[in-house]
Order: sequence, then C-alpha cells, then structure tokens
Amino acid sequence: MAIDLHKYANPKRFLAITAAIYPWSVWLTVLLLVSGLYLSLFVAPPDYQQGDTVRIMFVHVPAAWMALMIYTMMAVSSAVGLIWKHPVADLTAKAAAPIGACFTFLALVTGSLWGQPMWGTFWVWDARLTSMLILFFLYLGYMAVWESFDDPAKAAKAAAILALVGVVNVPIIRFSVDWWNTLHQPASVATMSGPKIHSSILIPLLVMGLAYTAFFVMVLIIRVKAEILQRRLRVLQVSELRER
Amino acid sequence: MTRKKRRLYFVLSGMCVLAIAAALVLTSFEDSLVFFRSPSDLVEKPMPAGRNFRLGGLVEEGSVEKDGVVTRFRVTDLNESVPVTFEGLLPDLFREGQGVVTEGAFTDDGVFVASNVLAKHDENYMPPEVAEALKKSGQWKPEAKN
Repeated sequence: MAIDLHKYANPKRFLAITAAIYPWSVWLTVLLLVSGLYLSLFVAPPDYQQGDTVRIMFVHVPAAWMALMIYTMMAVSSAVGLIWKHPVADLTAKAAAPIGACFTFLALVTGSLWGQPMWGTFWVWDARLTSMLILFFLYLGYMAVWESFDDPAKAAKAAAILALVGVVNVPIIRFSVDWWNTLHQPASVATMSGPKIHSSILIPLLVMGLAYTAFFVMVLIIRVKAEILQRRLRVLQVSELRER
Repeated sequence: MTRKKRRLYFVLSGMCVLAIAAALVLTSFEDSLVFFRSPSDLVEKPMPAGRNFRLGGLVEEGSVEKDGVVTRFRVTDLNESVPVTFEGLLPDLFREGQGVVTEGAFTDDGVFVASNVLAKHDENYMPPEVAEALKKSGQWKPEAKN
C-alpha cells in the first residue's frame, strides 16, 4: 500500500491528476448546486409540522456532513503525513482545514437560525451543539498551529498531532444525539432503519450534499495546488539565497 | 522494525489510548452531558424542590389547560408523567403529543414550575399530505423516543 500511496504523493503527478479532475468538479458544482437549490426551494414540499422553515435543512444538514467528512479526511491525511512522511498528505490536510471551518460555521449559523423559530432558542448547550462548536475550534486551532511555526516540517507534525487528537470528537458529534438526551433531534438519513425523511424532501437534500462535495473537491484542488506552488517557491528562494 | 512501522504503531496505539480515555471521561460525566431528564429519570433519581434542572418528554395528550398566560400540562415519557406550569409565550411547535424541554424547578407540592419551554421536533420529515394519509390509514406513530 505504501508504494501505491507514494505514486499519488508525488506532487507532480498529483498536479497532473487533479488538473484533469478540476474542470469536471467545476461543472458538477454548478450543475448540482443550481439543481439542488431549485429542488430545495421550489420543488420540495413544506414539512407537515415545520412548514417552509424545513428548507433551512437543505443548507444546514449537508454543511454539517461536510464539516465531519472534511475533518475525518484531514485526520487521515495527517496520519499518512505523520507516518509515511508524504509531503502532499500534509498539504492536503492544511488546504482542507479552512474549507472545513467554513462548512462548520455555516452549519452552526444555519442551525441557530433554524433553532430560533422551531425550538424557541438560538443556542443551547446540548451535546450535539456543543461538540459541533468544539469541532469549529479544532479547525481554528489546527490552522493556528500551521501559522505558529516558521519551519513547515515542524508545523506539519504539530498540526497532524492536533488533527489526530481532535478526531475523537467526530464520533462524539455523530452519536451525541443517540448517547445523551439532546434538544437536537436524532439522525434522519443514516439510520439503521433507513431514512426518516420522505423522498420528496430527501432527494433535494442528497443533491445538495453532492453539490457541497463537488464544491469541496473544486476548492481543495485549487488550494492544494497553491500550497504546492508556494512550497516550490520557498525552495527556489532558499537556494537563491544560498548561492549569493 | 522500520521507522515507518514504528511510527505507524505509535500513532495507532496513541489513538487507542485516546479513544479509551475519551470513553472513560464521557461515561463518568454522563450526568452533566444529558441536556434534560425524563419523568422516568426522576423516579430513579428524584430532584429536591427548588433545584433547577431541565425536564423533557412529550406533552401528554389531553393535558393542556390554558388560563390566560399560564399554561398547565403534563410532561410524559409514556411511562411516568410530571405536572408542569408555565407562564409566558410558548414556541409555535408546542402542542399535545409534541416533544418539549422545560427548564425550571419543583415546588414543594410536586409541580414543576417552568421558566422556559423549548419545543423539540423529531427526526421525521414529510409533506403534510403524507402525514394526513398516514394518520388516516392508522400507521401514524407518535414519537417513540425522546
């Protein structure tokens, strides 16, 4: 497996592969986002008890999915970077963090706007909401660690350790609604007994989920490319300084 | 053992230790991690009068009485139920059979005086026509768990 991973960890090959994927990710993002928003805002019926307020779900739930998925991906790349010292793995985790932080922020804000009309409060300190806020701080902490070292190798190591320690929060967020009494309702889509959402509401939700994923891939490719180029620039600058 | 293998085992064992530590912490803080107590929890561990806590469950069918701005109802988990009074505006979703979380304390006569009522909705989403059809065909199941 290590050999296979090395093949993709080569920055040059990584750039070649992602350059081929990139245009697809742009078109998919546009197509899925436009159709997803149209389905969510105009086609999906109002909910039997929440009325039109349920439409906040189409923005909120996929954002929360992405927040968890991106963090998990970041932790896996951090582990790969830490164990096999793959340069692209560390850069991928670094590039993903701000995107994940934005999705977490979006989930927190839209959740709050949804909570006010439905629950009667913008915020409560229940297990789901609190663990999600901790996830947001983990993202910010991870980004801060990268900025606080001058040596990128040291920064990568410290940030990877933080990402791995923080990953315990991911199952806590996922199962918080099952383990403890919370104000937040239990999972609707990924449940043992199948989705608890009527298909007319579920399909727009899944399309929005795919749209967010395509958007993430698109932005991630841009960001990793920028990180690789920045690192090359740094190497060039260092060698130029040495020649003087 | 190569260095890569050593690092791999180090990370794996670190993650295991971390997972065990997290599990121990979470189980020992269980009481403070729950957002509310159910009426059955109160039978097991009664709360003294005057102590503030959150009580959650379903609004018992047929129990809601309105007297001006004061609302009296019972919170049930389908096994036990607790009488609650609340003075103020209720959230839109508040109705009989709906999940609620109330914040307040018991008086000496065993009535829970709520200072705040939050509505809790379940994980089911469907259009109104489907809800109607389910109710008509008798397949409607009220929130089983809260």
